[in-house]
Amino acid sequence: MTEPAPALVDGIPATASFDVTSAEGLELEARSQWSYARQRFLRHRLAMIGLFGLLVVFGAGAFAPWVAPYTFDQIDLLNVLHPPTMAAHHFFGTDEIGRDYLSRTIYGIRTSEQVGLAVAVIASLFGLFVGAVAGFYRGWIDNAIMRITDLVLTLPVLVTLLTVSALLAGSGGGGQWTITFILAGFFWTPIARVVRGVFLSLREKEYVEAARAVGAGDLRIMFRHMLPNTLGPVVVNGTLAVADAIITEAFLSFLGFGIKPPTPSIGSLVAGGQQFPQKWWLTVLPGLVLVVIVVCVNFVGDGLRDALDPQQRRVRA
Amino acid sequence: MLTYIARRILYSIPVLVVSSFICFTFVSLAGDPLGDLRANPRTTGGIITHLQHVYHLDRSIPVRYGYWLKDVFTHKFGVSLNTSQPIWPDITRAMGHTVQVILIAQLIALVLGVAVGIFSAIRQYSIFDYTFTTVSFLGYAMPTFWLALLLQILFVDIYLKWHVRIFYTSGLNTHGSATWSLDRLQHIALPVATLSIVSFALYSRFMRASMLDAINTDYVRTARAKGLPERVVIMRHVFRNALIPIVTVSALQFGFLLGGAVVTETIFTLDGMGYYFIQKLGQSDVYAIMGYLMVVAVSIVLFNLIADILYGFLDPRIRYD
Repeated sequence: MTEPAPALVDGIPATASFDVTSAEGLELEARSQWSYARQRFLRHRLAMIGLFGLLVVFGAGAFAPWVAPYTFDQIDLLNVLHPPTMAAHHFFGTDEIGRDYLSRTIYGIRTSEQVGLAVAVIASLFGLFVGAVAGFYRGWIDNAIMRITDLVLTLPVLVTLLTVSALLAGSGGGGQWTITFILAGFFWTPIARVVRGVFLSLREKEYVEAARAVGAGDLRIMFRHMLPNTLGPVVVNGTLAVADAIITEAFLSFLGFGIKPPTPSIGSLVAGGQQFPQKWWLTVLPGLVLVVIVVCVNFVGDGLRDALDPQQRRVRA
Repeated sequence: MLTYIARRILYSIPVLVVSSFICFTFVSLAGDPLGDLRANPRTTGGIITHLQHVYHLDRSIPVRYGYWLKDVFTHKFGVSLNTSQPIWPDITRAMGHTVQVILIAQLIALVLGVAVGIFSAIRQYSIFDYTFTTVSFLGYAMPTFWLALLLQILFVDIYLKWHVRIFYTSGLNTHGSATWSLDRLQHIALPVATLSIVSFALYSRFMRASMLDAINTDYVRTARAKGLPERVVIMRHVFRNALIPIVTVSALQFGFLLGGAVVTETIFTLDGMGYYFIQKLGQSDVYAIMGYLMVVAVSIVLFNLIADILYGFLDPRIRYD
């Protein structure tokens, strides 16, 4: 028998022994959507750079007590407002009362990443649930929910955020969790809209009808059959929401309506630096960290978008 | 078309009423407008009670909202609770300054963004394209307040090192100089630069994407196939169609920015809408904040409508009825 030329199955050469009956052939056919997505994601160069950057920066924040050379409130009176230096191990310099700025920045990352991740998770879960219910049941629930999201979209976000955080947190700023919940309260709406849109189209699909025919309940259909098909956009939106939430928190803290002073956050560090325009490191360095975080999150988000798009079977070289 | 506009405006009224009531409740609960007065040891209880009565602060929030609504129509948003000054002149003055800044910034950003977007799309994957894609990516990732502070630090340092005043880093005019002069331009240059960089990043990305969409359409292939010179293909067939999304985006951006670039104005202490809002928020001045919020909300609704109308005008396939 002549061997057929190696065929390409979804970009992966199927070996000559490709045969429906052999185990190897079956294995190839059984590759799930997720394994394609994983492969596409891992081969996305920018996404990998972004992921690496995030691991470094967020890792430093997560292990702040071990990574930071000093604690965030330790005072070095001999080196007040010292520019970045190798000598005294103040790599980011010191602030107006001699606290090590690198340590404060690392603890600031810790606060920011906690806020960013928590907001993304809470907003995604809530948006997913609300959007699913609205898209699945339609009717008055859908109307009510969509009017609420309309309202949230009409209000100028930053302005309303400032007002709400002034209300809940007082003008001196609030606790980390207060800010987290305020932000999540604004971030769930776009996710809910996306999920609703997908659910509206999915509920008419044959497989939903089939599931209903075999007697599956509403909850089972929604969460077992329809939900996995909406996860792509939700994951992408959720990832990008991390960067959005971190920037917004920095913005609130910068204007003095965010997290209260003893806890360092990147926004309040930049705001503190504003009083000393000549001490450039107080503003430039924490802001730079913020830019790195946002760029990395966007890279990862773009990579996920490319990877999770079910229309796309092309594996990136 | 007219019925469409009328319907949109009518539809926005209940949204404005509901959102204004929510905002009113939030702002009223957020702080005590008489707080400063209370803290003053020379204030007697009588004055506080009197003021509370005059400003209806002793009534429930829905009642206060009713009084506020009356003031909106009879007294142009009423008077500030802190200074007893009418609010409307303050808002129009601040709006004038904000409009100056964002008009210039948007013009610069649009012209540059569209030009860069076109060249990036024509020479896709060239060095030019990669450079500006990186620039706009960074511009997009940079928080506005950080960018504004960088510019401020830079020009403060230049002034202190070499004693050259290129741009001022705060205020609107040097004391004693004419309102409309080089001096004003030197003052608003940095806020304008900040806002144009941020908007430029947005516009150039948008323009590049929509140009690429248009380049790959069938009618462009037809235009090339019938032998039109590339210039004509790009300018007449690609460019004009690619402009549609950017017009919408810039109209929305404009409406949004009319609320004042809160951060930029605060950093450069520019007496515009955003700065006004932040100051009044710190004082819990309910009426002033509400006046500001309403002007912002109306301008956003208005520019959303303008964006939709422009969209229908530019793309005749879209019909509103």
